[in-house]
Amino acid sequence: MQIVLEKRSQASSWMNVMSPVLAISLTVIMGGLIFATMGKPPLTALYLYFIDPLTSWWSIEEVLVKAGPLVLIGVGLAVCFKANVWNIGAEGQLTAGALMGAMVPILLGDWQSPWALVVMLLLGALGGAMFAFIPAWLKTRFGVNEILTSLMLVYIAQLLLDWMVRGPWKDPHGYNFPKSVAFEGWHLLPMWGDGRMHLGLVIALVVALVLYWLMRNNLKGFEVRVVGSAPRAGAFAGFSQTKMVWFCFALSGGLAGLAGLIEVAGPIGQLQPHISPSYGFTAIIVAFLGRLNPLGVVFAGLLLAVSYIGGEGVQIELGISDKTTQVFQGMLLFFILMCDTLILYRVRYLSGTQANTAGEPS
Amino acid sequence: MSAYEAIILTIITASTPLLLAAIGELVVERSGVLNLGIEGMMVMGAVCGFAAAHVSGSAWLGVIAAVMGGVAMSLLFALLTQTLITNQVATGLAITMLGLGLSGLIGSDFVGLPGVKLANVSIPWLTELPYVGRLVFGQDPLVYVSIGLTVGVAYGLKHTRWGLIIRAVGQSHSSAHALGYRVIAVRYACIAFGGATSGLAGGYLSLVYTPQWIENMTAGRGWIALALVVFSTWLPGRLAAGAYLFGGVWILGLYAQAMGLGIPSQLLSSLPYVATILALVVISTNRRLSVINTPASLGQGFVPDR
Repeated sequence: MQIVLEKRSQASSWMNVMSPVLAISLTVIMGGLIFATMGKPPLTALYLYFIDPLTSWWSIEEVLVKAGPLVLIGVGLAVCFKANVWNIGAEGQLTAGALMGAMVPILLGDWQSPWALVVMLLLGALGGAMFAFIPAWLKTRFGVNEILTSLMLVYIAQLLLDWMVRGPWKDPHGYNFPKSVAFEGWHLLPMWGDGRMHLGLVIALVVALVLYWLMRNNLKGFEVRVVGSAPRAGAFAGFSQTKMVWFCFALSGGLAGLAGLIEVAGPIGQLQPHISPSYGFTAIIVAFLGRLNPLGVVFAGLLLAVSYIGGEGVQIELGISDKTTQVFQGMLLFFILMCDTLILYRVRYLSGTQANTAGEPS
Repeated sequence: MSAYEAIILTIITASTPLLLAAIGELVVERSGVLNLGIEGMMVMGAVCGFAAAHVSGSAWLGVIAAVMGGVAMSLLFALLTQTLITNQVATGLAITMLGLGLSGLIGSDFVGLPGVKLANVSIPWLTELPYVGRLVFGQDPLVYVSIGLTVGVAYGLKHTRWGLIIRAVGQSHSSAHALGYRVIAVRYACIAFGGATSGLAGGYLSLVYTPQWIENMTAGRGWIALALVVFSTWLPGRLAAGAYLFGGVWILGLYAQAMGLGIPSQLLSSLPYVATILALVVISTNRRLSVINTPASLGQGFVPDR
């Protein structure tokens, strides 16, 4: 008996929905196996991981706080990947946005007005977009692969942040800790709930909804889909590949920068060497898990946010390394890609004689 | 040992992991597959190598474990991209994320423990030769392996039947398939070879370069190796030159830091990444050079039609 893949005549919309469900199930099963091999009770660990974060209001708030940046970056990347533009440097754009937006509280500390916050948000988005323009420019002007350049820029941005908070922007009264001054007043996002929920979550949700509408009902959304799936057809329709690259990097970079600013002006409240637990990379998984659809990204962002909080939970309760979070996230992307095969192909089992004729190159 | 000898020795040690990882990826890309998972395979090689060497006390067992760690990750990549025809870019990213996570999990018990260093080669009389002895006859064994692999790949791709098949599969998988070559099997083999050298490159870091386990110790070297393959325009000789050039940049940064010239250390640490971008720009500007050797079906999945 032999197993072969057979191309479906039409992409299966049923599998498009089922594939993430399958992938999540497989991840949970594999996760249980990993916990078992580590000698930890698998069911307890899985419960702590995926259910426990949703059982108290306090931890639900934490999940939402983590989901905000993931959704914001994820929707931008979803549009990028749909257009076949590979921006994988969102982590760097996040850092650049945080740096740019932090100019207001650090350099203009006395300027207290609601406008200061608006300017900060705009500067954050602008910083991210400008940083993303580097790979976009190199791609459109010289034909340099955007994957490698956007990734290299992540390291550069993080080193720049490290230098800024240890050098020029270090808080002079901060006992020599590598931190900027703490942001105050209108330089912080409005907070509510137990003091963790902030305006950034609303921004993330609104952006996701707007992009959902844009991708569905607007010519730009159509353009993204055509250029991504059939570049030649797009060219005949007069859609410019170059403009698409700029658009995608501007959008995804801007949103990543905004997410970065929201992190430093929200939960963190100042600049420090590490401002993100790899949100920019995790958002890649979020985009794929969300079917490159802005609404799907909202759900995927929530799920991966649960994995962050759950990871902290098992570390505290069972003493399991918080690295499991990264393993879960990697496995999830892995399984989702695997299950996505079933959208375009169906699995067929061939018996003896069929297998012989089918297996040979004709 | 004079100062210039010391500098050259450190440059070689910094370059060797880049060369090892890149030479494997060069073969993978020549067969038409783009594996972005080098960073993940490398870091798995590093942790497996360190763990095996620490537990057994033998650096050579560490080397073997490093290779196996890399191969295991690469076979996962092959299963997805070749058998299940997934998107190669996304799958490579998944391998990198999974590798970084898994290595951290495996390595969490090994942080701060003493490692086992692979001993340098020492040939009586020859190694003691003035000026050239240490450089030519006194390196660690993996340096010679990396050079041997480079020469072997250069010769193999150009002058052997196997090399011809690999290049044919990379140029046009449909034609190669029509000629009766087993495209997917060839690609599986190339991907596994790439995994082996990436694992070895990771092992080099944790067994030679800094014999200990540090989380994410590959520090983007896998990505630089990928850029090197593009920079080399898929030619092994140029790849080796590029790897040593980058090793040089890396060490230049470290030396400048040690001398304390008042340049921010972060600026010097960012040199290799900036240099990578510049190198990519330079090579991409020359369209003739960059296009002529690009494997025509690079990054495309292959489904045999029946």
